[in-house]
Amino acid sequence: MGYPHKPHPKETLVLSKHFGDAEARSYKGWVKRGGYEALKQALATDPAALIEEVKASGLRGRGGAGFPTGLKWSFMPQEKKKPHYLCVNADESEPGTFKDREIMRWTPHALLEGTAIAAHAIRAEVAYIYIRGEFTEPLAIMEKAIADASAAGVFGAIKIYVHRGAGAYICGEETALMNSIEGKRGNPRIKPPFPAAAGVFGMPTTINNVETLAAVPLILKNGAAWYKGLCLSNPKSTGTKLFSVCGHVQKPGNYEVTMGFPLKDLLYDLSGGMRPGRTLKACIPGGSSVPILTREETEACLLDYEGVVEKGSMLGSGGVIVFDDSADMVYQIMRLARFYAHESCAQCTQCREGTAWTTKILERILAGQGAMKDLDLLLDLSENMTGKTICVLSDSCAAPVVSGIKKFKSEFEAYITGKKRPVVAA
Amino acid sequence: MITLTIDGVAISVPPGTLVIEAAKQAGVLVPHYCYHPGLPVAGVCRMCLVEIEKAPKLQIACATQVTEGMVVKTQSPQAKDARQSVLEFLLINHPLDCPICDQAGECELQDFVFQEGQAATRYAEYAKRFNPVEDFGPDVLYVPNRCILCTRCVRFMEDVAQEPVLNVSERGDRATIGIHPDARLDHPWAGNVVDLCPVGSLLSKDFLHKARAWELDKSASVCTGCTQGCNVTLDTRENVVVRVRPRPNLEVNQYFICDHGRNNYRWLNRGDRIEAPLVKQDGELRAVDWDEALDRARGLLRGAGGRAVAIVSPKASTEALFLARRVLGGLDWTGAFEVTMGEQAPLAGVPNLALRAERAPNVAGAELLGYTNGVESALRAAESAGVVLVLDEPDLAVPTAGALIYLGTVLPDSARGAAVVLPIANVAEEDGTFVNRDLRVQRYFPAKPAPGMARPAWWALGELLEAGDRPGSAAQAFDLMAGAVEAFAGLSYATLGAAGRKIGQAAGVPV
Repeated sequence: MGYPHKPHPKETLVLSKHFGDAEARSYKGWVKRGGYEALKQALATDPAALIEEVKASGLRGRGGAGFPTGLKWSFMPQEKKKPHYLCVNADESEPGTFKDREIMRWTPHALLEGTAIAAHAIRAEVAYIYIRGEFTEPLAIMEKAIADASAAGVFGAIKIYVHRGAGAYICGEETALMNSIEGKRGNPRIKPPFPAAAGVFGMPTTINNVETLAAVPLILKNGAAWYKGLCLSNPKSTGTKLFSVCGHVQKPGNYEVTMGFPLKDLLYDLSGGMRPGRTLKACIPGGSSVPILTREETEACLLDYEGVVEKGSMLGSGGVIVFDDSADMVYQIMRLARFYAHESCAQCTQCREGTAWTTKILERILAGQGAMKDLDLLLDLSENMTGKTICVLSDSCAAPVVSGIKKFKSEFEAYITGKKRPVVAA
Repeated sequence: MITLTIDGVAISVPPGTLVIEAAKQAGVLVPHYCYHPGLPVAGVCRMCLVEIEKAPKLQIACATQVTEGMVVKTQSPQAKDARQSVLEFLLINHPLDCPICDQAGECELQDFVFQEGQAATRYAEYAKRFNPVEDFGPDVLYVPNRCILCTRCVRFMEDVAQEPVLNVSERGDRATIGIHPDARLDHPWAGNVVDLCPVGSLLSKDFLHKARAWELDKSASVCTGCTQGCNVTLDTRENVVVRVRPRPNLEVNQYFICDHGRNNYRWLNRGDRIEAPLVKQDGELRAVDWDEALDRARGLLRGAGGRAVAIVSPKASTEALFLARRVLGGLDWTGAFEVTMGEQAPLAGVPNLALRAERAPNVAGAELLGYTNGVESALRAAESAGVVLVLDEPDLAVPTAGALIYLGTVLPDSARGAAVVLPIANVAEEDGTFVNRDLRVQRYFPAKPAPGMARPAWWALGELLEAGDRPGSAAQAFDLMAGAVEAFAGLSYATLGAAGRKIGQAAGVPV
């Protein structure tokens, strides 16, 4: 499978520069493109200096939370008393997100190089790359890349292993991922202790997203100032970001733009805009777990951590889900809720029962059997599901429901009043 | 010490204390399901959410450690709303079959819903989740429809019993407690999952539909199953023991008892009890009143020549064991007991807790009072002894040429040759003490009356002493012993309390 699109002039190709270039996948091809120079330099550098450099770059976690990467690394114990671990979150399961898959498919050595640098920075001997179980192609590519690079001896004393997930969304949550690596059921853990104190196997652990680590070699190579300079809006959001655009656009795919890039341009220019005759209705900008934006909010939104929050949502993983005027928002929100109900790990009461109940109410509305009071009930349940559980899966189910009812209430009412024909069986 | 305020009550607790435990000390019960002090913290039921000043959102009291100056509010509107919503979520799929549920009356779901739940449901239109009842093990049924997935049972089997045969199977609202397909819940301590279950989801087959919780009378007792001396509660209904449950004692059994001890209660309800004193007249045992029987026994003791032998049960109270020795005090005395042996079964996750091989509660007490473990030579001595006293050993025949005084709960054929038979109470029918293998003296309390004219062994034996020496209560019998036997010096019922005391503790030896 080749890479489906040519770069758009408005893109900033940093991480995706070699996407579509089959030769870049191989160890030799990567070295030819300047690969592993940053690692060589990093292994000869004091870990504290590496952390400072990454801090200075402004790099923030690309998995969703946007936590400053260098700061996270600095949380590891100063005095090393136990083995340290690095976990790489390659469990990319957030609906609407498919950027890490492309990084692993095309530039596996970028991830490995970043992984080894991070491991050195946090003084970890072992790094686990936890790959989503369905990612069969990236898995094979990563395993070959590790074998080739290890054979070449570039990782020094650092050992990198691939751990394959078994198909649970929740295993992308960092502590569930650690449980899964340990061979346990993938349930999120209560925090504290935080991973830097007691992570995988109870040892100090740092966990980073694929895209975050893939950026690290480039930061070392080009300097923190260069990375910090990649910024179109808020200086707290630096660098480039891959956005996975899906849904009702003419050219869905991954696009890499500088932080602060207008969402409007991403949709209308890079992604080819809506289909002929269609107009934009709504957009989920950061993967299925974040609040839905209206057309007006979408078109005024700048793509960085602060810009999306300003419009009432979150940058999240950068999975941009686009709905045009043909979309049935009630149905779409029900599909999301059903996903969370299916994936809830069942630990916390609010999530186990709330996600399923929410789904049932939405299904009933779509079956033409809803009542107006159901909307209040949904909002109340969402309130009860927010901020009260171990992880945020429950909150993630509530976010689209709350924003959906707030912003697209008339669509719910159309089903309830009978103005719209039922679309699911009662 | 850390000082904090919970619902306006200022308390000081050691660093590292969990808010939920600190609250108990402030007299506040934070409603909870998954938390149990004997299990690792799970933090999953989310029932114990409380407001903590300066925290951005509600925190679970079971996983939050106290900090200096912390201000905890369990009754703030936010905390109450959160709990009410958890109760609503727990109830939407709960069958509400309390009228036919064994747990009703002692159900934490029932209690907290009653305390602060909503009267009506907002889930009315949907079918509830249904899964059939499962047979988990020899004494445990699983009723998944009632399960609130607190995972106490899973954590008990995994971390305490360390035989992880239970898990949470499936995800979301389809989740249930699962059992390994090739395993049974037959660990020697598995029955604890029934006690740990806060709802009626894990049930004891033995107790199934036997009684409603509110019909039960509860009495503090000590298990007679082995030398561990686990603290238990005897549940009686209409003076019949119907259930044995662990009574927490962190020094002995934490919160647990083994299945051997749990199931070994039917003998307490035996119907073939001796209900009147018996004396031998014209070659036959005849029922008489206590005065006559005691007179006869006193006469035998006074007139006895030669040796005296006491064969005692290691299940007898320390008081009775002491008095049996004392009534033979003036004679050339030999005392012995025999203890049934079984297989040891430790509870892996708790240090020094096991079903012990010696299957009697008072082996240490008998030894401290000078009885020999093993009856072989005592039996030989009994053959030619002048007087033989047997204290409730129905399984041992004690042939003697002398006079046999038999004190028992039941009358075995082997005791029909006795000159006097005195009917005594069993452990559920009297006050008394046992000394466990770690020399902890522990009190037990009566749970039901003794049948007919049966009286506690300490009383019957005490009556055989000289008129001025006879104890008027078990406590006085104990005091007599404390005055006479060095090991018990300084101890009394008052100092033993509910948790017992180790011998030597009073003299400054650590617990």
